[in-house]
Amino acid sequence: MKARRLGWHAACAAVLAVLLYPVVWLVSASFKPAGEILSSLRLLPERAILSNYGEVLHGMVGVSVWRFLANSLIVSAGSVVGNVVSCALAAYAFAWLRFRLRGPLFAFMIATILLPIHVVLIPQYTIFQKLDLIDSFWPLILPKLLATDAFFVFLMVQFMRALPRELGDAARMDGCGAVRTFLYVVLPLSRPALVTTAIFTFIWSWNDFLSQLIYLNSPENYTLPLALRLFIDQTSETSYGAMMAMSVLTLLPIALFFFAFQRLLVEGVATSGLNG
Amino acid sequence: MAQQTLEPTVKVPGATRARGHAPYGERPAIAYLFLSPWVIGALLLTVGPMLASLYLSFTDYDLFTAPEWVGLGNYRDLFSDDERFLAAVWVTTRYVLISTPLKLAAALAVALLLNRASRAQGFYRSAFYAPSLLGASVAVALVWRVLFDADGVVDQALSFVGVHTGGWVSSPRYSLGVLIALSVWQFGAPMVIFLAGLKQIPAELYDAAAVDGAGWWRTLRSVTLPMLSPVIFFNLVLETIHAFQAFTAAFVVSGGRGGPVDSTLFYTLYLYLKGFTEFRMGYASAMAWVLVLVVAAVTAVLFRTARLWVFYSGER
Repeated sequence: MKARRLGWHAACAAVLAVLLYPVVWLVSASFKPAGEILSSLRLLPERAILSNYGEVLHGMVGVSVWRFLANSLIVSAGSVVGNVVSCALAAYAFAWLRFRLRGPLFAFMIATILLPIHVVLIPQYTIFQKLDLIDSFWPLILPKLLATDAFFVFLMVQFMRALPRELGDAARMDGCGAVRTFLYVVLPLSRPALVTTAIFTFIWSWNDFLSQLIYLNSPENYTLPLALRLFIDQTSETSYGAMMAMSVLTLLPIALFFFAFQRLLVEGVATSGLNG
Repeated sequence: MAQQTLEPTVKVPGATRARGHAPYGERPAIAYLFLSPWVIGALLLTVGPMLASLYLSFTDYDLFTAPEWVGLGNYRDLFSDDERFLAAVWVTTRYVLISTPLKLAAALAVALLLNRASRAQGFYRSAFYAPSLLGASVAVALVWRVLFDADGVVDQALSFVGVHTGGWVSSPRYSLGVLIALSVWQFGAPMVIFLAGLKQIPAELYDAAAVDGAGWWRTLRSVTLPMLSPVIFFNLVLETIHAFQAFTAAFVVSGGRGGPVDSTLFYTLYLYLKGFTEFRMGYASAMAWVLVLVVAAVTAVLFRTARLWVFYSGER
C-alpha cells in the first residue's frame, strides 16, 4: 500500500516537474547573462546577476517600466470594478426578479458567451474611433461597465439563484424593496461569486493582448503585454536578459493572485466550468 | 398570450424555486433598471456591431472613407483569390484538430491520476492548474519562443537523444508544434473540470463493478467514461471554440506575421493583419462572419454527435 502511494506521488511529481520547468527556467534565465540564456540547459545560473532587472528599470522606448505597470493596473482595476458592478446588477435581475422578457433575454445572454469577439471587433473599433477614444483606456474598460463579459453574469446568476429564497421573503416582510434586498441580502451573500469574478477579470485583462494591441498606440499608453511585445522584433540575443526579467515582472502579479486565491480560483473553475 | 401570466414560459434559472410567490414581480421597471447596463451593452456593443459587421462584410471599408458596397465580393475573394486565407484556414484547422484532443487527453489522464483520496490532491490540483492562468500571457509565449528556438533548450535536449530538428520556431514544419505544446501545457483548466466530474460518479457503481470482477480498464470503459461523458462533451465544445480563436501565442511566436511561410498564420491573426494593419475592414468583417458560421456549424455537429456517445444518467 505504501509503495503504491509513493508511486502515486512520484507520478504526480513528474507531471509537476514538466509543468513547472518552463516557469523555473524563466525565473532562472532572468538572472543569467544574455549570452547564457538561449543555450544553457542548466536550471541555475552559473553566476546570478541582477543587471537584467536593472536594464528593465531603465525603461523602453523612452517610457519607464513603472508607467507600463501603472497602465496595466488601470486597465485591470477598471475592468474589475466594471465587471463586478455591472454583472452583479444584471445577474440579480435574471436570478431574483421577474419581468416579461426574462426568458428570451437570458437565452440571448447565454448565446453571447460563445460568440467570437472578432465579429464585433471592427464595428466596436469604429464606434470608439468616432468617439475619439482610440489610444485611451476607455475602449478596454467601458465594455466591462456594460457587462459584455456575459460569462460572469452567468456565473453570478448560478450563484444567486442558489441562495435561499426565504431570505428574500423575510426581507420583503421587513419592508425591503428590490433595491434594498439586493444591497443588504443578495450582494453580501454573493461575496464568493463577486470575488471569483474580480480575480478572474483581473487576471484575464492583465493577460489580454488583442484589444490592447488594437486600441493602445502610443508608447506612454502601453501596458505590460504591449511593452513585452517590443522584444519580439529584437531577435538579437543581447535583449534576452531584459526580456526575461520583464516577463517575470509581468507574471509576478498573476503568481501572487494565484498563491493568495488558489482555492477560490480552482473552485471557480470546478463549479462553473469557466476556463481561460 | 401565454406571456401575460407571471409564470415564465421559458425555463429560466430560479423559475421553479420562485413558483408560488412573485418576488417584486409587481414592478418590472425595477428589473429593467438593474438590467440596464447589460441591455445597453448588448445593444450598442453586441447586437449593433454584429449587424454592422454583417453589412461591412459586403463592402470595401478602410475606416476613413465611407463603405463601398461590393456584394459578395469579399467572400468570393476569400475562397478563390486569397492563398494566405486558405493557408490560415488550414493552419487553424490543424491546430484545432491536434491541440484540442491532445489537451483533453492530457487533462483526462491527469484527472484520473489525481482522483484518489489523498491530502496532497488539493496541492497537485492547484499546481497543475497554474499554467492555465499564466499561459495566455505574452510573457509565457516569449518564453516558449526562446525554449523552442534553434540551439534552444528543446532543440538541444532533442539533439541529445539523436533527433535533430534545428529549432522549431524557424521551421515551417515544426513551428505549429510550438503552439500546440503551449496549448497542451495549459491542460489544467479542463482537468479541474474533469476532476469535479469524477467526484460526482456514485461510489456504488465502482463497488458494483468490483463485485462483478471488472479490472481497471474495464471499469474505466464501462463506468468512468460513460458517466463522465457529459463533462467530456462540455470540455470538448469549450476547448474547440477557444482553439478556433487562439491569437496571442501565434502572434508572439511568429513575431506578429504568422511565419515562417505562414505556418503559424492563425485565422484570427490573419484577420487582425487584414483589418488593423492593412485596414481592409470589410474584408476582415467577412472573415469574422465566416469564423462565426464555422464555429456555429462545428458546435452544431458536436451536439449532433453527442447523442451517440454522451450518456446522461438521468435520462428518461
